[in-house]
Parts: sequence; C-alpha cells; structure tokens
Amino acid sequence: MKLKSIQETLNAEVLTGKEFLEKEVKAAFGCDLMSDVLAFVKEDTILLTGLVNPQVIRTAEMIDVYAIVFVRGKKPSQQVLDMAKERDILLMTTDHILYNACGILYSHGLKGLDLEEGAIV
Amino acid sequence: MSKDNIGLNLEYEVLRNDFTKAGEASSNIKKILTQLGINSSIIRRIAIATYEAEMNIAIHSLGGCITVNVTPKEINIVALDNGPGIEDIELAMQEGYSTAPNSVRELGFGAGMGLSNMKRCSDKFKITSQKGKNTRVNMIIYI
Repeated sequence: MKLKSIQETLNAEVLTGKEFLEKEVKAAFGCDLMSDVLAFVKEDTILLTGLVNPQVIRTAEMIDVYAIVFVRGKKPSQQVLDMAKERDILLMTTDHILYNACGILYSHGLKGLDLEEGAIV
Repeated sequence: MSKDNIGLNLEYEVLRNDFTKAGEASSNIKKILTQLGINSSIIRRIAIATYEAEMNIAIHSLGGCITVNVTPKEINIVALDNGPGIEDIELAMQEGYSTAPNSVRELGFGAGMGLSNMKRCSDKFKITSQKGKNTRVNMIIYI
C-alpha cells in the first residue's frame, strides 16, 4: 500500500517527509513496545504507535522503517521531527486511536506481519 | 576501506539515564558498517543488538561502554557496564521479565525483551554478571 493511500485512508496529516508519499509498504505493525518492534518488524513495514519520543525514531532507524503513523492526534516535538527528517523517515498523525487506525488499514488490504515466517533475524 | 581489509575497533561511552543520547552509539555503528559494505540483514541484527545493549546500559546500569571489533570474519560486540550487576541472570533472560521503572516503560522500553532480542540477533551470546559488580555481554555475529 502506498504511503499516500495510507495517509488518505486515515485522514492523516503528514508532519515530515512529504517527498516519500509515493513509497510503498507491504505490512503494518501497531505497537507501543519498542523491543517488540525491534524483534518482529520486517522490511517495508509501517509502524503505528502512540509514542512520540526520540526512541521511536531511533528504533525505526535501526530496522530501516521509513514511515510512522502517530495515533490519537499526537504530534512529536521539533527535536523528534528533525531527527526523522535527517533520517528520511516520513511521519504522519491521525486522530484515530491505535486499534481503529490498524483496523481501517487492515480492512483496506494492508495486512500485519506473519510471525509464522519467523522474525526478521 | 572495505570489509575485506579491516581490523576496526569502535568504542562508545553510554551514560546512565541519558535517554536523549541513548541510541547515538548504535546509530554511528550502523552508519560505519553500512559504509564498509556489510550485508544489510547482518547490519540489521547488529543494529538491534547494539541498540538494546545501549538502552540496557542507560536504563539499568551506572553507565558503561560498548565496543565493536570488526574483522573480515565477524563483528564482536562487548557491552560492559560499571554495575550494579545482575543477581539472577536466568531470570533476567526470561522474556517479559523486567525491573525497569515506569519512566522507562513510558519510552516504550522495559518490556523484558532486551536480552532475548540481543541473543536472537547473535551467533554467539554470552552474559556474565555478579551482584555488586558489573555486567558484561559479549555478542558475536559472523559476517
């Protein structure tokens, strides 16, 4: 699913990285536990989270996640926006809560990760 | 410089409770390994391992350091802290077990997955610790 479609579907506001809206992701992962993100997220996955601290960007950087959706209308600080910009990570925010945002994307065809295939490593 | 003729040693200090800087060492390590042309899935494992180690030092210890030795065959990572040591390593290794305070959980860490994530990313993993002394984690990843 294209990031642009995700933005439109979630009625989200892009906070940084508009130039990457044409990129595509294969799956989504909704989580506030960064160690779970590190353990299970594979390539070309978009992260949906309610956390807006610098560690979210760090976590994304480590596993090459290039798009993050913040839920419940949350917006990160300028420091976090700058960190994302430096790392070519697109950030958007939606007013939906995590559960609904994930459900909406799922119903539009964006599936979750299949852990049966094994974690990334 | 390519990975075929390297004998590179990197060292980073990790400060206690400094969650603004935590992750900088791992970010640097990842950049350098990318420049060396190392396979991206191996880099990903190293990035996860060093980042979890870095967060662990910042969260649980009095401070410490991470050293990374790069050779043509393997990446050898040592995370060494200045204490206070782990009383029961077996318990600490259990997924879901954590002693992290709420302030750390609010950052998205402290879910008790750190050490097992490090182990999962390593080809060889060894943790040694003594209560009242320090903790040393050695992770080797073959290139």
